[in-house]
Amino acid sequence: MSPIAFALVAAIAIASAIGLLVKKNPIHGALFLVVNLGCVAVFYLGLGAEFLAVAQVIVYAGAIMVLFVFAIMVLIPGKEETGPDPRVRWRVAALPFGALLFAQLIMILGARRGAPTAAPAAPVPGGVEAIGRLLFTDYLLPFELTSVLLLAAMVGVLLLARRRA
Amino acid sequence: MIDVAIALGRVAFVVMFVVNVSGLLGWVERKQSAIMQDRIGANRASIFGLRAMGLFHPIADALKMLSKEDFRPARADRLLFSLAPFVSVFFGIVAFASIPFGPVVELDGKQIPLQAVTLNVGILYVFAMLSLGVYGVMMAGWSSANNFALLGAQRGAALMISAEIAIGASIMGVIMVYGSLNMMDIAVRQGELLLGWIPRWGIITQPLGFILFLTAGIASTKRIPFDMPEGESEIIGYHVEYSGMKFGMFLMADLLETIVIAGLTTALFLGGWQVPYLTAEGFRFPWGAALGLPYGLVVLMQVGAFVIKVSVMIFVLMLIRWTLPRFRYDQAMRLGWLGLFPLSVLNIVLTGIVVLLLGGAR
Repeated sequence: MSPIAFALVAAIAIASAIGLLVKKNPIHGALFLVVNLGCVAVFYLGLGAEFLAVAQVIVYAGAIMVLFVFAIMVLIPGKEETGPDPRVRWRVAALPFGALLFAQLIMILGARRGAPTAAPAAPVPGGVEAIGRLLFTDYLLPFELTSVLLLAAMVGVLLLARRRA
Repeated sequence: MIDVAIALGRVAFVVMFVVNVSGLLGWVERKQSAIMQDRIGANRASIFGLRAMGLFHPIADALKMLSKEDFRPARADRLLFSLAPFVSVFFGIVAFASIPFGPVVELDGKQIPLQAVTLNVGILYVFAMLSLGVYGVMMAGWSSANNFALLGAQRGAALMISAEIAIGASIMGVIMVYGSLNMMDIAVRQGELLLGWIPRWGIITQPLGFILFLTAGIASTKRIPFDMPEGESEIIGYHVEYSGMKFGMFLMADLLETIVIAGLTTALFLGGWQVPYLTAEGFRFPWGAALGLPYGLVVLMQVGAFVIKVSVMIFVLMLIRWTLPRFRYDQAMRLGWLGLFPLSVLNIVLTGIVVLLLGGAR
């Protein structure tokens, strides 16, 4: 990935992340998040991880965020949701934690700079075969556990929805 | 320099093909429906008395739409309202990028794959772009500040999501049979012969997958019999507040998706650019006869075969569009979730068993 392309996509990613935070309108926020996820997919593509990039688009931008936007559209927020934030005090509590994360980021970056730059590890093939092999050997248990978790969530939602009816 | 020119040429061919054919489809649709319904059809537009079977109608339509007032409702969301048609058209055009329209050509020792973008996960890329098209519909419906448009967008989004899940599940069988996500590889492997004489096309190795994919594909284009998001004549759709060329772009997006579905069907199930028994040296028939042909002619024939197959698929899709009445919304949903999706999963299981029995597992 050429540095110019990287800078351009990174700028879009940062701008869309800020847009997500600043915009009051939930639909605008969700669409900014879609743009941001798309930028991350472009980064994956730039690193040669084609499968990961496309999976990112299909799963996050194409499936999860579509559902988000759909849900926001169905439950069009009224005045109370878009009005002044009733939980401002809780937001203030987020400040020290955010500062902590930021300090951590700077420390990591600083440690990176001080350390002698190690030769980059041999490029792991980002192809479908490599990922598939890893998923079904080394990471079989987490992979299956995740699917069980998702299934449990789905069954739970169905149960809740049925009781209401 | 030459590399850049070749890359530009590959992209330009696909963009020109997709955009121009979508413009032409407006005419095809009218003329075909006229023939089917025993009418004369569009034949009024003329330039200096020249009518050319109504071929000037797409130009007239475009001029009319471009010169119409570009109306925007007072309470509409300005940015999203203008952005929505562009999003719809954009994903329709880029989705075609990794569909191969010809073989990998060898020229002066260079390997030139005849597709706009060479991706190892090409089939997933097309699928991803198709699934992003739904944002155009949702943005249009929501930003219009019109409850009917919003309802239309919700119907459209629900339909497209259910169709895309069925599309994704139904192409799994093809991926399993040909063992690749690269659309060029899939097209190349469809050139092999079964039992020495049957071309190993997707429609023969995956008959159930073909029917499921085609049904789900028609649904994802949001056209009759699945046009409940717009329902031109009686229901109000997501583009009710649009006028002029922005409205035209939504129509164009549907036609673009039709082309993409036709191209995808060709590439996955109808052998892509393969001509039966045609190899790089010429025809080699199973009964022993052979006919040598120059390499350039072979490539031309293969690109021509792809274009013809896509055209035939578009014709079939339009035939269906002018034959069937519209499904009710709940019928379409039931078809997607209780018909297409379970059958696609069944297809995956059956394909897996057959591939294992034939020793195709690697």
